[in-house]
Amino acid sequence: MKKQAKFVVGISVIVVALACLAWLGYGESKTYYHTIAELQSLKGAELTHRMRVGGTVAPGSIRHFTGRVDFVLEGEGKSLPVSYVGSDPLPDTFVDKSQALVEGRPTDGRFVAEVVQAKCASKYEAAPGGTVATSSTATK
Amino acid sequence: MDVFGSFALLLAFICAVYAFGGGIAAIITRHPLLVKSTRQSGIAACCLIFIATFSLEYLFFTDNFSAAYVVSHSNRALATFYKVAALWAGQEGSLLFWSFLLSIYVFSVLIAYRNKNGELMPYVGVILAGVQIFFLTLNNFVASPFKALAVPGANGAMDLVTRADGNGLTPLLQYPEMVIHPPNLYSGYTGFTIPFAFALAALLARYPGEKWIHLTRKWTMIAWCFQTAGILLGAHWAYAVLGWGGYWGWDPVENASLLPWLTGTAFLHSVMMQEKRGMMKVWNVWLVFATFILCITGTFLTRSGIVSSVHAFAQSSIGSWFVGFLIVIFSVCLVAYLKNRDYLKSESQLDAIVSRESSFLFNNLILLVSCIAVLSGTLFPVLSEAVSGSKINVGAPFFNKVNVPIGLFLLFLTGVGPLLAWRKTSLESLKRNFAWPLIVGLVAGVVIFALGCREMYSLICFSLCFFVTTTIVMEFYRGAKVIRVRSNASYLTSAIELTMRNTRRYGGYIVHMGMVLVFVGLAGVAFNQNVQKEMQPGSSIQLGKYKLVLQSFDSKPEANYTGLRLNVEVFVDNKPLMMLYPERRIFETNGETGTMVAIYSTLREDLYVVYAGQNPDTNLPVIHAYLNPLVKWIWFGGVIVVFGTLVALMPNRRAVLVLSGAQQPAPEPLVHGMTPSVTYREGHD
Repeated sequence: MKKQAKFVVGISVIVVALACLAWLGYGESKTYYHTIAELQSLKGAELTHRMRVGGTVAPGSIRHFTGRVDFVLEGEGKSLPVSYVGSDPLPDTFVDKSQALVEGRPTDGRFVAEVVQAKCASKYEAAPGGTVATSSTATK
Repeated sequence: MDVFGSFALLLAFICAVYAFGGGIAAIITRHPLLVKSTRQSGIAACCLIFIATFSLEYLFFTDNFSAAYVVSHSNRALATFYKVAALWAGQEGSLLFWSFLLSIYVFSVLIAYRNKNGELMPYVGVILAGVQIFFLTLNNFVASPFKALAVPGANGAMDLVTRADGNGLTPLLQYPEMVIHPPNLYSGYTGFTIPFAFALAALLARYPGEKWIHLTRKWTMIAWCFQTAGILLGAHWAYAVLGWGGYWGWDPVENASLLPWLTGTAFLHSVMMQEKRGMMKVWNVWLVFATFILCITGTFLTRSGIVSSVHAFAQSSIGSWFVGFLIVIFSVCLVAYLKNRDYLKSESQLDAIVSRESSFLFNNLILLVSCIAVLSGTLFPVLSEAVSGSKINVGAPFFNKVNVPIGLFLLFLTGVGPLLAWRKTSLESLKRNFAWPLIVGLVAGVVIFALGCREMYSLICFSLCFFVTTTIVMEFYRGAKVIRVRSNASYLTSAIELTMRNTRRYGGYIVHMGMVLVFVGLAGVAFNQNVQKEMQPGSSIQLGKYKLVLQSFDSKPEANYTGLRLNVEVFVDNKPLMMLYPERRIFETNGETGTMVAIYSTLREDLYVVYAGQNPDTNLPVIHAYLNPLVKWIWFGGVIVVFGTLVALMPNRRAVLVLSGAQQPAPEPLVHGMTPSVTYREGHD
């Protein structure tokens, strides 16, 4: 029984330690998915979460400034002004009407994004069951 | 050819159904003719799948733009090389490719064991046919790659059309690695079907343990080898093509490929517990089951788009088929286990905490924890939505926090485990085996610390790498010395002779050595630097010891794309070193762009230069340059791992010397001060 106990202790220590690390990593990196509509109904602490929002880039809304790129994401009839402040150039697939996924936090009515992923609306394969659309990522 | 191909697929489906149904009948009736006919039907199904695959390739090579799949993934100007790869560029082709590779395995197994393992093979045949039926159902009725291109006509009906040219292959796939990475990874995924079939068959047939373990282990190693190569090639592709300076981003698709690798690795180790001590039988069977289930899950994650990924935002209805299949597999495994679990009773118990058994136990434990962590992290958006209603994603910090310590612990076990004795290890043997490695590891750690390394994990990693390398080198040295005393050959020849006599043990060490090199490379990531700058001709970036000067930029039209190229000269200490040409390719057919990263790679570090884009205001190019230390070691280590696995797969050379030696009474005088068991414990690993 003593032997068994040693193994049980050893295994528990390892599992608990790793679980703690997992919990820490989870707290550090969790990101909430929200739709644009949901974003406007968030309140309090929920607004400080890191989050991902997806939508379609409104045609003609992309404007470049020094240090940031502003554009508007649309989805479900709502729109969301976004400022991209990451340092990487935006992906090539990021154009008017492309589908984009932005990651960051809402601040003062704008969404400040550090990461923008985009995929272009695939030309031929728009039909259901169609597949690989390429995407690229820009990160901070 | 498209009708021909789809007809071949349909026939293959029928043959597989017969192999399945007839196989079950054969198991019940044991009628020899039925056994034979179902086996042949299984072989026929494989051949028909080969024919279907080749006919799809034929459509690509003949630029047949009346086939929808060809239009989507190829065009006339596409290089021949990439027309081969276009086969697995999309959903339908990938699934056919899965069937194709699985058929190669099934074909080999059915042919190789046609006159062997008579009790087991009918079961194996039925299980393999079952898996084939699932994929053939998808190939035939859900995602046929042979659909003709059709558009809605004036009268509302679909009209067949032929296009003049196709849409082209997505540029991300137009890279040499993309031609060899998916076949490797898929060979890994499909390969794990064979051990699964053997394990399940053995359980159902209550087949003697030693025999199925032996068969399963060999096929697991083959699949594992492909999986390892596939994962590393994928990492290299991500590194060289995606242009973000890294090779592993904990992307769902990457994770999916890692999961079966983790359980497969665990199995390859714990299987030895069963061979030597008759322990962990239930565990082993479930590891094999889990590996296969994770392979299917991996394919499901990749193909269904349930978790969005950089690789494919594929959204399709195919997911429910996979979920159904997973439920079926799991139920079959569970029922087989519950029905025959008494057959898996353990023959011995764990004796001591410092023993080979316990090192395997901990190895398995943490591999499994890693697997669970990666799986739950990957599925977190799905799980959290189901539990709490809000979709939460976890990123790289989560995966790294858990897996970095696990990796280091595994590295430690890599050094320690093989030198521990079975049952119980004495203090003397610990001293004898670990004194030198410990000293070397600690000294290396101190030196590296003195050289300025302050990253804790990297420091531990480097130190462990030295420790493990010393243990491995000592093992080879000891064994080679014994042979050398008898044959008077050189140390190198003796070491090769030693390896050939016990390929499994020493091949395993070579694999471990490869993993050590991989870890050296991984530890380098803590020292990555990068800088990004908008460049004018003549302006420069300083990164580490390198100075990058933009000389000029030009554009060059090619057959399939236009290349925008930067001519960057690299200086070290103000002396010109070389030119680098980071490039962006604009593909004409679909307007997509591709990045060609310029990499100057040395063992010390990679200088990695990306043409990141253009500033839209000034139209000047932006360069993103990375300095990534030690990356090359990862690829090099991968080659060693694959090599070691191939060595371990070779049959042992019969050692005349050793066999005659085994009959002599006193080996001690010859191997003074060394463990005499090195020569005599052949097959003991």
